[in-house]
Amino acid sequence: MSENYCLEVKGLSKWFGGLAANLDIDFSVAEGEIVSVIGPNGAGKSTLFNCIMGFYKPNSGKVSFFGKDITRLRADKVCKLGIARTFQVVQIISDMTVLENVVTGALLRYTSVAHAREKAEEILAFTGLSGKKDFRGTELTIADKKRLEVSMALATQPKLLMLDEAMAGLTIVELRQIIDLIKKIRKQGMTLVVVEHVMEAVMEISDRVVVLNSGKKIMEGPPKEVVSCPEVIQAYLGDKYRAVCK
Amino acid sequence: MKNFTAKPITIAGAVLALLLIFPLVITQTFPIHVMILVFMFGMLGVAWNIMGGYAGMFSFGQAAFFGIGAYTSSYLLIAFQVNPWIGLILGGLVAALVAAAIGYPCSNLRGHYFAIASIAFSEIVRIHFNNWSLVNAAEGITIPMMPESLANFMFHSSKLPYYYIIMAFLLIAVIVCYIVATSKMGYYFRAIKESHDVAEVLGINVVKYRLIAIMVSAFLSAMAGTFYAQYILYIDPESVMLGAISIQIVLISMLGGAGSVLGPVLGAAILVPLSETTRVMLGHRGTGVDMLIYGFLITIISVYQPQGVWEWFTRIGKKIK
Repeated sequence: MSENYCLEVKGLSKWFGGLAANLDIDFSVAEGEIVSVIGPNGAGKSTLFNCIMGFYKPNSGKVSFFGKDITRLRADKVCKLGIARTFQVVQIISDMTVLENVVTGALLRYTSVAHAREKAEEILAFTGLSGKKDFRGTELTIADKKRLEVSMALATQPKLLMLDEAMAGLTIVELRQIIDLIKKIRKQGMTLVVVEHVMEAVMEISDRVVVLNSGKKIMEGPPKEVVSCPEVIQAYLGDKYRAVCK
Repeated sequence: MKNFTAKPITIAGAVLALLLIFPLVITQTFPIHVMILVFMFGMLGVAWNIMGGYAGMFSFGQAAFFGIGAYTSSYLLIAFQVNPWIGLILGGLVAALVAAAIGYPCSNLRGHYFAIASIAFSEIVRIHFNNWSLVNAAEGITIPMMPESLANFMFHSSKLPYYYIIMAFLLIAVIVCYIVATSKMGYYFRAIKESHDVAEVLGINVVKYRLIAIMVSAFLSAMAGTFYAQYILYIDPESVMLGAISIQIVLISMLGGAGSVLGPVLGAAILVPLSETTRVMLGHRGTGVDMLIYGFLITIISVYQPQGVWEWFTRIGKKIK
């Protein structure tokens, strides 16, 4: 039954000392779906990502990927199984060119550098970075860095792509471009979990939205339902507005 | 395009030919001795570069591997009459195993912390050898005289065979480094150097690849150690395991150009003759002027060409094109 889900998180808790960054979180993602995880700062979104990916070991709960328990696997093994992610603060290899960065990702599925390079060129064409393939990582704008990070993640040929604030700090035009890219990725049959603050993007791309607040899941549903939910408004805007919306 | 790719190969060929005929033209002992040291430190620099320059593990303890190589072959020779060529391979293997044993618990150490651990490790090794009666402790090991032959790895009448042997060793190290740098391993090492997080999300087994880098580096360093023992014919912990050797290796690699295949070789070609000639010309006065000049030149390079001299060379090369 659980094999129907691409990703399934059950009762996941992560404590830092006395602070529960994630408390008893349940959610699942079907194959081909885009699920957004939203919530105010400190709600536990990045912790959730880190627990799924194997950077943190959760205190309790279970994470399954296509029915396989991946709860305590190391990040590189999780990646090999088919989950790729980007970071809130962009992480690229700064003394490599754009192409070399993507080649490094592609090498997960190839032994030969030449084959990995072919794949990397293909991915750069797809993400629209071909023209900058010989630039150093440090020479890119923030928008291009984020695009590069997505390219590196795609190069590992994942089944599930998790994006941690891929749109933060971008201009309107750049935002449009990254939304288009995400839609394009989805068309290829990719499943996505997206942490995002930019609500207009969340509304546009998500099939479902999971809302976290203070480490707990307070709501889950289609985007339209979520934004009109009193608890969500309260979490974002404070008690006063809960009354208003009622 | 054809010209561009052919050019470095012709230069390399010319340099190689020059080095091959060098000892036949200049027959004095001192220049040949200096060249032997250049090759040896070049090899140690290339070995350091694999773990330091590519994989980002700044080891200040390479002398331990160098010394373990020298001691393994020498001990096997005096205790069991094991041929030094077999000792060379066994020394490499022992060093690689020791490297894995110390590298594994250090898997999470990065940057300065790794450097500190490497200093501690090499000091422990040195002090241990200084007090270990099995290997003659501080007295050291004198390699017994044997008839001169390639099979015995020993030559008395001329330094020439040593010159060609260490040149071949250096060539092996450079080829190994080139293969590592241009293969999947090289990409993975550079990702690990950038950050363990980024490496892990790209599916790289950080611990495994770090251990590979350390073991390859240790093996090559130990080869140089065996060569040193067979060349000088006497080793003790103070001559093959001293921290100063480790620092010399880091200096050569960094100032030559860490993260490029030939940078450390260039570093050795500049720093070793510099330190040897200043020592020979000025060292006997006991005033330390030689070290002063040597130190001054190192300062100049690190201030004006911090990325290493190799980078400066490639920049000039591009301009010529």
